[in-house]
Amino acid sequence: MSVERKSLYLGRRGGIAHWFRSGEPMVWLNAGAVSFALLSVFGLLWLLAWHGLGHFWPRELLEFSVSREGELYTVLGEQVSRERVSTDQLRAVGVRTSASGKWELRRLVKRGNRDFLDTDFAWLLDSSIVEIRRPRAVMRVERLEWGNLYGRLLGIEDRGKPVATTAAADEAATWALFQALVAENEVMRAAIRDLEGEEVGRINFDMERLRLRERRLALAGEALPAELAERRRALEADYEVARQRLLTLYEQSERYSYRVALADGREVTLPLGQVVRAILPNDMGVLSKLNYYRVRLWEFLSDDPREANTEGGVYPAIFGTVLMVLLMSIMVTPFGVLAAVFLHEVAGQGRVTRVFRAAVNNLAGVPSIVYGIFGLGFFVYGVGGELDRLFFPEALPSPTYGTPGLMWASLTLALLTLPVVVVATEEGLARVPQSIREGSLALGATRAETLWRVVLPMASPAMMTGVILAVARAAGEVAPLMLVGVVKLAPTLPLDGNFPYLHLEQKFMHLGFHIYDVGFQSPNIEAARPLVYATALLLVVIIALLNLAAVALRNRLREHYAALDAPV
Amino acid sequence: MDKPDTHDKPVATHGFDLDALHRRPQAPIQEADIALSVERLNLSYSGKPALRDIHFSIPRRRVTAFIGPSGCGKSSLLRCFNRMNDLVDGCVVSGRVMLEDTNIYLPTVDVSQLRRRVGMVFQKPNPFPMSIYENVAYGLRIQGINRRRHLDEIVEKSLRSAALWDEVKDRLQDNALGLSGGQQQRLVIARTIAVEPEMVLLDEPASSLDPISTLRIEELIYELRSKYTIVIVTHNMQQAARVSDMTAFMNLGRLVEYDSTDRLFTNPQQRQTEDYITGRYG
Ligand SMILES: Nc1ncnc2c1ncn2[C@@H]1O[C@H](COP(=O)(O)OP(=O)(O)O)[C@@H](O)[C@H]1O
Ligand SMILES: [Mg+2]
Repeated sequence: MSVERKSLYLGRRGGIAHWFRSGEPMVWLNAGAVSFALLSVFGLLWLLAWHGLGHFWPRELLEFSVSREGELYTVLGEQVSRERVSTDQLRAVGVRTSASGKWELRRLVKRGNRDFLDTDFAWLLDSSIVEIRRPRAVMRVERLEWGNLYGRLLGIEDRGKPVATTAAADEAATWALFQALVAENEVMRAAIRDLEGEEVGRINFDMERLRLRERRLALAGEALPAELAERRRALEADYEVARQRLLTLYEQSERYSYRVALADGREVTLPLGQVVRAILPNDMGVLSKLNYYRVRLWEFLSDDPREANTEGGVYPAIFGTVLMVLLMSIMVTPFGVLAAVFLHEVAGQGRVTRVFRAAVNNLAGVPSIVYGIFGLGFFVYGVGGELDRLFFPEALPSPTYGTPGLMWASLTLALLTLPVVVVATEEGLARVPQSIREGSLALGATRAETLWRVVLPMASPAMMTGVILAVARAAGEVAPLMLVGVVKLAPTLPLDGNFPYLHLEQKFMHLGFHIYDVGFQSPNIEAARPLVYATALLLVVIIALLNLAAVALRNRLREHYAALDAPV
Repeated sequence: MDKPDTHDKPVATHGFDLDALHRRPQAPIQEADIALSVERLNLSYSGKPALRDIHFSIPRRRVTAFIGPSGCGKSSLLRCFNRMNDLVDGCVVSGRVMLEDTNIYLPTVDVSQLRRRVGMVFQKPNPFPMSIYENVAYGLRIQGINRRRHLDEIVEKSLRSAALWDEVKDRLQDNALGLSGGQQQRLVIARTIAVEPEMVLLDEPASSLDPISTLRIEELIYELRSKYTIVIVTHNMQQAARVSDMTAFMNLGRLVEYDSTDRLFTNPQQRQTEDYITGRYG
């Protein structure tokens, strides 16, 4: 008793040494590490969300009077950012500044009007700004080409004849007409897109198939049946009809134009058919701003990209990413499971198997670009080229499968994620108790039947864990994809209404590559920057969603085959 | 079939229930009633002998019990009867095990077929993580029997034979892992008899169960002997005395004594047997 008391006493007096022995520093260290990890993750997400999601909010338009070398001129646009810059640095690049201090403030203004100005972004030194106004009636027009336009609406013309002007005190009416025409235009554009994408796309697709069939017959030395020519004539007739309808639509959409006064006083007339959306940001309430935000966010998620990917949406990239990951999962699961079953159930547990297993595990450490090169050399040129020679000789010299495409990209990533699935499945197989296997065998089941009916179902949650890890790895992979099938802009989705619906040989877009392309290959960096953040956020969200779906599936399997965790 | 009274009493039977034994019909075993005979059987694990020169026969439609100290080879011997030992790497068997007129260790024997004729219940209940229904139907599905009506019939019959039907008839589609240990073991028995084996091997079927469940299993075994040849391994001598007609005492890989349960427990011929059943065994 007295001994215990003594040690307690000593402990208290032991101070720091005691504190270390108590294990408390370890607790603090662990807690610190966890907080740091969490902070980093949330900080990253917050950064992406702040820069990415802010982009779709309609900023107010400011009109700056700027004096430069005694001359006064006007800049109209959105203030994107404001920063401190050293005067020395400014002088070094040849900017003459009147400020005497060491630092100067400057702001980045998006002034758009790329068709009339040399750059659509401008840096304004605070010291050079004479006045900042916030005019009510300035508009921001999103266009199909040339980026945004900022200016004042003067009037609308119907084939060159003015039909409404803001001069005649009916400013509101003119604006309403402008909006109505833009809305009408939108409908027309949708019709054009449908015609071009679906009708003309189908005709082209059929034409190409017809051409290949003719060539195949010609290669085989057979005579062309008359019905082929007939079919071609029918397609040509279809095409003529579609073309006429397209021409009419084009003509209609070119009917109206609008006149705008730019900030520098110039007045220009522009085609109304090019307008996607127009707003008066300084005249909008919070509700209409919210609505506008919703519309633009939706456009980002559901629309095709425009203007070298710096405008519009990323829908094809979302589609491509998800489809590629799904295909990859479908490919990697059977291969991984078969390999794991072989290693764990079929092969004896000797030295050879151990070496083999170690080799598979080490595949996980091979840099992904190596897989990309392998995919290009082996799958695309080797297997794909051979497939073309065997099955698509009529299309040569243009390759069908002998070129990077969706199938090869999925297959390459399946190879890349194979070790993960093998390892996870093997762990699952190892956890199926021997007693359960014996129970099945004792009922007269063969080893194969036992494997198929009892062992694999019980290992299925572990397989799903492998697939989850594979999905997480594959969805974020970009480097190998650049070699085996991803492109910056794919004209069509790999899944459409033309037989066989899923076009595995097509190239596709991918969010990861899209980030790289928009961020680093874009001609207009400032315009692209917010989209990089938004796309990155989207990619993170999509990976999380894919993972959640797989986790949900695994949990259902776990519930079903709970034997491993249930106490018996 | 009349049950010994003991089964309705609490289990704590410290001595042997000789009354129960004497009440049991003791038909003499004829030559023709041999279900399985073992001839000069030797078994070794990676060269280490575990069974030496075993020679005896098991009567048809009787309960035969193997008793003996732990590690004496009871399980090893039992697992020879349906060739479960084939699964153990390094296990070598020599000698003959005759089922009907065939040596089951001939290379031409279809092991799956053999295991259908000789079912096995293990020490720890091992139901599959499936519904109760699918557990019982498993062996039939393996044989390609998938007709719903037929399955329903057999599942019900087997569960009734295993005295489990009343407890599970309303939740046949529930996961079998939700059952208690005793119910699970009876389910495993139902699963085993669903494929209509000739013989059922039970390796300490009650050793992981509570006393009440143990009793129910014993009752069940006693009832099943009218249709099946039963071999049960137990380290519990009372249990052997309660349920079996014949008892074999094993020690150090040898079959020391084999006789009717009555005689073995009341009048053992070997010194070792006597020591063991009177608890003098180390
Ligand atoms: N799978 C095995 N591998 C190696 N030795 C085994 C194996 N199973 C049992 N043995 C050995 O064989 C002997 C008999 O074991 P067993 O038949 O399980 O005895 P019992 O069931 O009577 O307790 C023991 O010495 C045991 O160590
Ligand atoms: Mg044993």
